[in-house]
Amino acid sequence: MSVLKDLYYTKDHEWLRVEGDEAYIGITDFAQEQLGDIVYVELPEVDDEFDKDEAFSAVESVKAASDIYMPVDGVILEVNEELVDAPELLNTDPYENWIVKIEIRDKSQLDELLTSAEYEDYLAEEV
Amino acid sequence: MEGKKTALYEEHLSLKGKMVNYAGWLLPVQYEGLIPEHNAVRETAGIFDVSHMGTILVKGKDARPYLDYIMTNDISNQRQNQVLYTFMCNPDGGVVDDLLVYKYNDEKFLLVVNAANLEKDYRWLEDHRANYQVYLEDKSPETSILALQGPKAEEILQKLIDIDLKELKFFNFRDGVKIDKIEAMVSRTGYTGEDGFEIFTNNEDVVKLWRKLLEVGSHYGLKPAGLGSRDTLRFEAALPLYGNELSEDISPLEAGLKFFVKLKKESNFIGKDRLIDQWEKGLDRVLVGFELLERGIPREGYEVYKEDKKIGHVTTGYMSPTLNKSIGNALIQADQAELGEEIQVKIRNRMVKAKIIDKNFLKNR
Repeated sequence: MSVLKDLYYTKDHEWLRVEGDEAYIGITDFAQEQLGDIVYVELPEVDDEFDKDEAFSAVESVKAASDIYMPVDGVILEVNEELVDAPELLNTDPYENWIVKIEIRDKSQLDELLTSAEYEDYLAEEV
Repeated sequence: MEGKKTALYEEHLSLKGKMVNYAGWLLPVQYEGLIPEHNAVRETAGIFDVSHMGTILVKGKDARPYLDYIMTNDISNQRQNQVLYTFMCNPDGGVVDDLLVYKYNDEKFLLVVNAANLEKDYRWLEDHRANYQVYLEDKSPETSILALQGPKAEEILQKLIDIDLKELKFFNFRDGVKIDKIEAMVSRTGYTGEDGFEIFTNNEDVVKLWRKLLEVGSHYGLKPAGLGSRDTLRFEAALPLYGNELSEDISPLEAGLKFFVKLKKESNFIGKDRLIDQWEKGLDRVLVGFELLERGIPREGYEVYKEDKKIGHVTTGYMSPTLNKSIGNALIQADQAELGEEIQVKIRNRMVKAKIIDKNFLKNR
């Protein structure tokens, strides 16, 4: 179960990588393992706006659909088009293959997210 | 995790099964992965632990007429060693359960029922005994069941069984067979749309049997398969799942399964009047198959629309591993149910275009 340092995490198993006022968002190794073979990723449109905790995407295995939630308020700048034809990339490398790139609307919300150490502790309790 | 364990629980763990609680039982949803397990059943063979299913013995002088009254199918003409698929309906024509009836003789039948409905079914059978001279025995606690399914199933089982499987026809069974010296009852039945067998044995011998079948089967590409692929396989094969396509509020006629409801059989059966009435008046709702015309995956419970008016809901939907497209079953208004018609499936907040197609998804495979 890999947990990368220098990323922010949520209890719903999303990760967030900050680059200035922008950030990349994806799902963690724990999440992709739980889901099994991912066969479909639903992507939002560029310029869509979402609030923290709002579902902006869905990742589906054969068996089930899982909503993906915004860790912070933001605007979609880019979506990872590769996931349309190759959704399994999220299984192969969930940290390399981001889902969306956003502009963070409220940077103070980053303080509410988990650090990698906190996420690791959370996994230890949860699993 | 809470739940009852089958006799194969430790085997599932050692095979790295991902365990879930299904109908109160701890069973693997998958081992290697849903897709490889699904494909194995279609191309070579898969083996499932289905010991969670309920088995009820019905014995006595009046077993045959009693079951003919309880079941929608024609029990009075069932042959010895034949297996019948049938429904038990409530007086409104809704389904109490769908099940298999194995006939040993006129005074001994075995019912194989859905795990989730075992208690309900047993009570239903007891409550409707009236003056029939029958007695019921729940054999589930002492019975383990394996399902060996796929084009290679016969070859694999023939290596170990003491009867000629070419003589065992579809929907027939043989009791008192020996599989690698282990006593069992075997039927040529299954829930995958492929050729296959269901093997009934005792809890003490099933681990040995499971391991032996896996060992022999490994030369043929046999994989252990879990609940996940069990559902995708049966769905592609147009087989209903109680709770999805069938329920106390859905009649077998609405589900397109009139073949197993013998409205013309002489004897009365529970729900007969209501079902005849429903058939003669015409159905309000029917089950249809559909495929998506745009990206997405339809799921159980999603709403179905025609030109922005809600006409029904999805009963089962998947990205089909064998057909590699998104398909589903939906229970919709009968007057909208024409092949080729365009409908919409509401997936989260999107209205996704879909087309009504033949429910027998594998027909032209």
